[in-house]
Amino acid sequence: MQAFTSIKGLVAPLDRANVDTDAIIPKQFLKSIKRTGYGPFLFDEWRYKDVGQPEMDCTDRPKRSKFVLNQPRYQGASILLARENFGCGSSREHAPWALLDFGFRCIVAPSFADIFYNNCFKNGILPIVLDGQIMDRLFAECAATEGYALNVNLESQTVTTPSAESFSFDIDAFRKQCLLKGLDDIGLTLQESAAIREYEAERKSEAPWLF
Amino acid sequence: MAKTLFDKVWDQHVVKANDDGSVLLYIDRHLVHEVTSPQAFEGLRMAGRKPWRANAAVATPDHNVPTLNRARGIEDPISRIQVEALDANCKEFGITEFGMDDIRQGVVHVVGPEQGLTLPGMTVVCGDSHTATHGAFGAIAMGIGTSEVEHVLATQCLIQKKPKVMRISVEGELPAGITGKDIVLYIIGKIGTAGGTGYAIEFAGSAIRSLSMEGRMSVCNMAIEAGARCGMIGVDDVTIDYVKGRPFAPTGGQSSVAEAAWRELHSDSDAGFDHEIVLDAADIAPQVSWGTSPEMVLPVTATVPSPADARDEIQQQGWSRALEYMGLEAGTAIEDIKVDKVFIGSCTNGRIEDFREAAKVVAGYRMAANVKLAMVVPGSGLVKREAEAEGLDKIFTTAGFEWREPGCSMCLAMNADRLEPGERCASTSNRNFEGRQGTGGRTHLVSPAMAAAAAIAGHFVDIRNWEFK
Repeated sequence: MQAFTSIKGLVAPLDRANVDTDAIIPKQFLKSIKRTGYGPFLFDEWRYKDVGQPEMDCTDRPKRSKFVLNQPRYQGASILLARENFGCGSSREHAPWALLDFGFRCIVAPSFADIFYNNCFKNGILPIVLDGQIMDRLFAECAATEGYALNVNLESQTVTTPSAESFSFDIDAFRKQCLLKGLDDIGLTLQESAAIREYEAERKSEAPWLF
Repeated sequence: MAKTLFDKVWDQHVVKANDDGSVLLYIDRHLVHEVTSPQAFEGLRMAGRKPWRANAAVATPDHNVPTLNRARGIEDPISRIQVEALDANCKEFGITEFGMDDIRQGVVHVVGPEQGLTLPGMTVVCGDSHTATHGAFGAIAMGIGTSEVEHVLATQCLIQKKPKVMRISVEGELPAGITGKDIVLYIIGKIGTAGGTGYAIEFAGSAIRSLSMEGRMSVCNMAIEAGARCGMIGVDDVTIDYVKGRPFAPTGGQSSVAEAAWRELHSDSDAGFDHEIVLDAADIAPQVSWGTSPEMVLPVTATVPSPADARDEIQQQGWSRALEYMGLEAGTAIEDIKVDKVFIGSCTNGRIEDFREAAKVVAGYRMAANVKLAMVVPGSGLVKREAEAEGLDKIFTTAGFEWREPGCSMCLAMNADRLEPGERCASTSNRNFEGRQGTGGRTHLVSPAMAAAAAIAGHFVDIRNWEFK
């Protein structure tokens, strides 16, 4: 997994609440058995006028010009501003894979759905929760300023605006360390093999039907 | 100390408590399907890892499988590759699979309980958000992403922080015609799709206890639509009677020991919850969703709401967008909404009781002329066989409905079953998101009886006034 320390990146605003993972990456793209290649199909139904199909070339597909990610000023964005309950619905990890493949490394929202939030950390994406009023300000500043960029620092847990205003955010200490170092948590868990075996032996004597 | 049901099951599965408050949680059962597992198996291969305990996992293909002409195989080559990848991965890693030609194949959340793979007090995971279904057995059951699928395969554990616990009690006698589906849609309408975020929900109260296991599974299934990763219900006679004699349930001397342990799986009477909600069963009417989020749901007797009545600007925008997408106008009576297609099935409502309820409504009637297709898709090969033995398939086909092979089908339209742009569907599934059942498709979530009645009438009707033949 790619480590995340800090980024300064162009910001794209997605001003809708309850964005679900079906919208982030529609079902037909879930047929792939790979982890990559989902970026061109991110928000497929909102980005394009036609119906996307897996493995198709998206270069000449008709685009919905109003959709935020199709607007020239947001090309190259690596930070996404979102609203409440971002990533709700299906557990598909294809959603963070598509966001990452498109170029997003950080999503800032007032709240996230649990499974999506968790999936982000497994893929080197930093989901940041900021208060709704701060979010309103960021959305307003972003709309008002072409080239609006934020500075996100995971070590110091801060988001800094172009006017040098800083907001701090909370993050679980373990997840922070994994993200900072790009750690594979399977390897970490396997260091506990003896404890797992011990648990299994004890549990097997209490509840043998589970084994 | 008094414990909640959630606490009891959680505490039994803590392998190690970490300093930061997270725990290493042991996973008893891992259900696997073709869509969210190939990258996890690939991860194992690349790291040279083997499953920690292959017999804890059981797989079945469900999302991509065709519901027609099964013998012809899967025509879409990309879908076929994914199902073949599951077959090959299960073989390579020694995991039991109920393949496409096995009578036990079906929607993973129907198959698990049906086989006794889901047992009270277990921790159950699957790379699928509707894993919450299995909580109906007093299990901690949650959906996980593919990285966690790999983690569980490799270690039989997950690193987890304990969620808060909310109890939602539905008290009183359920009015006639009201099902588990109506209860859970009503709850989601009350607390919203983020109401349960950060929580595990225990569903309790006399109305919940009065439900069959099928009804309880429908309720827990949609805990995720209320934002909660898991929903659960305490164990009672209904649970134990359901589990007894299932192929993977404990047998012989183990069964009485297990039963004694399972009978402890309920919240202590003085247990404390982080949040409590009490609802009156008498207030619940048959529910119909009108918008593009499961919280956009109303009693069948209501009219489509106006964005002007939304609580804030964000909700107002959401409602306006939903009305536009759904092709509806504020003020339209729900009962005046006509449907083009009907779908009865899915992990929410694909069990035998669901088809019995729908068949009761359909018996003696004919599908309405304006309905292009009414599809009935059993949740598993065994549900299909049982329904056919009871003659339910004939009731449906005589009325003009199609009786299909088991799978996820038009719940998410990954196979060939889907809505065309603009088509409106009465669906017993769980999500009415934009495009969920096909690009441009318009989904209304309802119970099986309400879906069946809509197919006959051609529009939504109040099942409480239905004339059963």
